[in-house]
Amino acid sequence: MGENDTTQATRRRFLAAAGGAGLMLAVRPAKATPASMTLAIRRVVGEAEVKPGKVKLDLPPLVENGNTVAISVSVDSPMTPQNYVKAIHLFSEQNPLPNIVSVRLGPRAGRASISTRIRLADTQNVTAICELSDGTFWSDSKHVIITLGACLEGMI
Amino acid sequence: MSARAFRYRRPALAAIIAAIFTATAFSASGEIPLDQRRSAYADMSRDNKAMQDDDTSNPGMLWVLDGEALWGAKAGKAKRACADCHGDARASMKGVAARYPAFDATLGRPVNLEQRINLCRAQRQQASPLPYESKDILALTAFIALQSRGQPIAPPDDKRLTPFRDAGRTQYSQRQGQLNLSCQQCHDDNWGKNLAGNTVPQGHPSGYPIYRLEWQTLGSLQRRLRNCLIGMRAEIYPFGAAEYVNMELYLMWRARGMKIETPAVRP
Amino acid sequence: MARTLVNVPKKAKRGEVITIKTLISHIMETGFRHNSLGARIPRDIIDSFVCTYNGEEVFRAALHPAIAANPFITFHTVATESGTIAFKWTGDNGFSAAASAKITVE
Repeated sequence: MGENDTTQATRRRFLAAAGGAGLMLAVRPAKATPASMTLAIRRVVGEAEVKPGKVKLDLPPLVENGNTVAISVSVDSPMTPQNYVKAIHLFSEQNPLPNIVSVRLGPRAGRASISTRIRLADTQNVTAICELSDGTFWSDSKHVIITLGACLEGMI
Repeated sequence: MSARAFRYRRPALAAIIAAIFTATAFSASGEIPLDQRRSAYADMSRDNKAMQDDDTSNPGMLWVLDGEALWGAKAGKAKRACADCHGDARASMKGVAARYPAFDATLGRPVNLEQRINLCRAQRQQASPLPYESKDILALTAFIALQSRGQPIAPPDDKRLTPFRDAGRTQYSQRQGQLNLSCQQCHDDNWGKNLAGNTVPQGHPSGYPIYRLEWQTLGSLQRRLRNCLIGMRAEIYPFGAAEYVNMELYLMWRARGMKIETPAVRP
Repeated sequence: MARTLVNVPKKAKRGEVITIKTLISHIMETGFRHNSLGARIPRDIIDSFVCTYNGEEVFRAALHPAIAANPFITFHTVATESGTIAFKWTGDNGFSAAASAKITVE
């Protein structure tokens, strides 16, 4: 319950900031911030409300190398034509870009569960958002500590 | 290189004092007892272990598949495939990677697997050598080494290898680079401890070529040794240098009996 | 063509939910790295992955540079009928790769 209130308050604050940040976006930011992640989420979700729940994000809390981080997202859904997961989206708040992957599903998926390997540039929160067939959006967020980051390190 | 080694061997006062204070004198006593050796696999996260264990998700298998295709492909002016002489790699290459580097009589020195492949290409296929760290050489090495997966590392009992192995051991034990570190200091004396958030491995070559997450691609032992030398701010040798082969020879001897894990995944 | 490695069960019961694993060789150059001369290396990624089951789309993913090199994607689908499960990857610089697997559904 408390988590819901904090998310709502944070969201309202970010939306207010996002309005002002519109001018700043003329210059591309060096990396994503919680604000640009929120904007990226808005672009996907539109005006709908995003509630925590239903979707489960599986990430190791500590990662040796941010170049390849195993990640799983699953949504508890019967995946019937009347009630299924339409899409799953992943967002980063510290990578150079906020979007990670967007997946489109349907009743033929059978199970709303995907796994992949992603890059994480720095210690951060990763957010998963799912869209259900009834038009609602749900989210889960996990904090990951990255020992060696991706994208922003040099090459040997 | 040999001049540098000779300078260290001379009983200069500074060297003796250094040896007394650092207790990393050139001797077999610094070596890890055989029963305490462990692969860096053991220190990996659960997810990275899973990546290595599952052939359907191990990125190294992409190179293995490419290697399998190359194995059967005609090459060079002789239009001969590896398979034409060696048949099914599953049978003919079993145990090969586990006993390399091996002595090559024509060259009078040991060669590693990459060099052996290129010797075959030149002599039997009349094909140009595959460049070091190229996709094709990595694919072939990975495919051949996979045929030894699960086999114990078995350095050949070949007296001709002794001087080269000793040269490798000397290199391993001597301090080098701006940081004045020897491989031995980290990998024999301080393995298991943390350095910059990572566990110091014992440094065994059991899984090469490896899919290193930092490289985001498959790479050879030489590439990994170069990374270490860069990290120590030491001068790196060019790919294919005898120094690397000597090191590889020593490291394989040091890892004798440990199982081949190719293609390993490492952070 | 880029090397692919797909894992689809050869047999399944009708209505069973099967797991499909896909792996493809691709550098997924983010566009944020710099070479030794300091020049930015341009982006070169796979941005789209589609799975069809006897021609009908059952899974689609839009990939961004944050997907790790040699993209690995695991997903599920219902074994509805025997036939071909096909995979298509497309991306920057006209990149295109395809793979397929047969499945027998009883």
